Amino acid sequence: MNGQLTGVEKLEALWQGKLSPKGPDGNPLPFQSPEAEKAYKDRILRVKDAIEMKKLPDRVPVSVFSGMFPWLNAGMTMEEAMYDYGKCAEVFINFVREYDPDLHWGAYAPGSGKMYEILGYKLYSWPGHGVAPEHSYQANEGEYMLANEYDALIQDPSGYFTHAYLPRVFGSLGGFSMLPFLPGILEIYGLPLFFIPFGLPPVQATYNALFEAGAEALKWVGPIGGADGALAMFGFPSVLGGFTKAPFDVIGDTLRGTKGIMLDIYRQPDKLLKAMEALVPLMIGMGIANAQQTGNPVIFIPLHKGADGFISDEQFKKFYWPTLKEVMLGLIEGGCVPFPAAEGYWNTRMEVMQDIPKGKTLWMIDQSDMTEVKKTVGQNACLFGNVSSTMLNLGTPQDVKAYVKKLIDTAGKDGGLIIGNGAFFDQAKPENVKALVDAAKEYGTY
Amino acid sequence: MSQQLVDAIADMREEEALKLVREMVASDSNPMAILDLTREALDLVGKRFEEGTYFLPELMLAGEMMNQISEIIKPKLAEMPDRERHGKVLIGTVEGDIHDIGKNIVSFMLDVNGFEVFDLGVDVPPQKFVEGIQEFQPQVVALSGFLTLSFDSMKNTVAAIESAALRDKVKIMIGGGQINEEVKEYAGADGYGKDAVAGIFLAKKWVGIQ
Repeated sequence: MNGQLTGVEKLEALWQGKLSPKGPDGNPLPFQSPEAEKAYKDRILRVKDAIEMKKLPDRVPVSVFSGMFPWLNAGMTMEEAMYDYGKCAEVFINFVREYDPDLHWGAYAPGSGKMYEILGYKLYSWPGHGVAPEHSYQANEGEYMLANEYDALIQDPSGYFTHAYLPRVFGSLGGFSMLPFLPGILEIYGLPLFFIPFGLPPVQATYNALFEAGAEALKWVGPIGGADGALAMFGFPSVLGGFTKAPFDVIGDTLRGTKGIMLDIYRQPDKLLKAMEALVPLMIGMGIANAQQTGNPVIFIPLHKGADGFISDEQFKKFYWPTLKEVMLGLIEGGCVPFPAAEGYWNTRMEVMQDIPKGKTLWMIDQSDMTEVKKTVGQNACLFGNVSSTMLNLGTPQDVKAYVKKLIDTAGKDGGLIIGNGAFFDQAKPENVKALVDAAKEYGTY
Repeated sequence: MSQQLVDAIADMREEEALKLVREMVASDSNPMAILDLTREALDLVGKRFEEGTYFLPELMLAGEMMNQISEIIKPKLAEMPDRERHGKVLIGTVEGDIHDIGKNIVSFMLDVNGFEVFDLGVDVPPQKFVEGIQEFQPQVVALSGFLTLSFDSMKNTVAAIESAALRDKVKIMIGGGQINEEVKEYAGADGYGKDAVAGIFLAKKWVGIQ
């Protein structure tokens, strides 16, 4: 039935669901107080109005979409945050209640160190496993997909991930490379042959690792997901439904790596383009499924390798933007709010990226020139961010307040603005983060 | 054929460039001359990068072509000749940070611009920079960092260089996604580069070349 609804109707259904939140038992969520219930609903409407750009919200909304700041600032090491799920959730709840933003983004960032151990995860180093206990996890870029594997990826992306990619980035999933070709399971004749791999020790070891990882993930999601519910009862909503990626970044970040994809632009441009097209429906499907599962419409899309300085404008128009745009339009059609984050500088891309339907997307802007962004992407989309990590780290509360005021004056006069940080930060002066939230409330009333 | 090779490399026609090199080697061209032409072409690539017409794909492909050409002509050379260098730069990503894309681009551009570059890699503790300065004697030290944690690591590295009484022997520049004037002041560096081109400009200025 849902399939017959338009994107607008699907999204409205998600928003209405957010406005009548349910507890885990299916009954209406028991708010801590009538004030908390009012704050919760006001905050959702404030954010919804800012995104839709049809009418002005009561004031400019504000949020802190930080990296590991909540945990480090509470005196935890990142190692503790990744291994002690209960404490991780508790610290996050305290962070949101203390800083009092309109929106929070959940306690999902640290993740489960134990689960990464079980899986033998290689794509990232994490505290105690390649980085110091007090630091956050960092990616190990590499050529996890070889230059001659495009055809395999294009023909069957899911099969490629299963047979080739996952065994390379997870040491415990080597058995996946031995799995049978599942679409070959068609007739009774010869059927047992397909099941032989599942009897082999490496495949069984892989499945055992998966069961163990799954059990650990369930241990993790209890307290971490519970933080969302607890915060909602205190009046703090989250609208984050999950994430997806630009096809260029899927290949450039995790499959071929930066060097691989940059060389492919010259050496095998047609295959690169075809592979990105093959990834489009998967990236759309992933975002929509996340939104439907969580009931949260906003789908985060971290943008990386199309930034200023990485590729030329021509290359951006040919290789980066078309499939990113397709993913965003597909998400909108599926009732989601795409939330791309332009990390770093994207000044030269803004005119091209302006080509999206009005009032359907939310953009996290890091260090691009906000006055120019407002004249381009900001004509069609709600903007979030632009208070820099450097200012939050090294500036003063007065600097932050003055900058927030300037942002409201230059980019918030007619709506379409949410005050926030521009990039994920781990270190900051707490008084600067507080000043960011307070300044939006002080100067942001319409 | 010479100009053809320079153009093929500089215009990113990889197959043609390699074919030309093989032909030149087969017809007993002087391998040193081939190397000089390759460097002439890389110079053009570097200039186009500085002008903003070339970006990472071109830098990386140029690097690949250089490596492949070196492999082809190596057997013909008694030893790879030393180039005349303008100065020495010690570079590394500071402690706690393992990001290396920005650092590698700066290293490549420094090399193209005639600097001898000593790359300490990623997650480099302050003491390693100190040892690197003592051993390699650079005029310029370049600290790279992508994460906010790198601000303190940069400050600590500059402090370690200071306590080793080496601060007045080197100019220190910093760079990375979130780096600006404030971070430069905080870390106690002599300059920062918003991008690789700015970094090259600083290095050239500090060793006194155009």
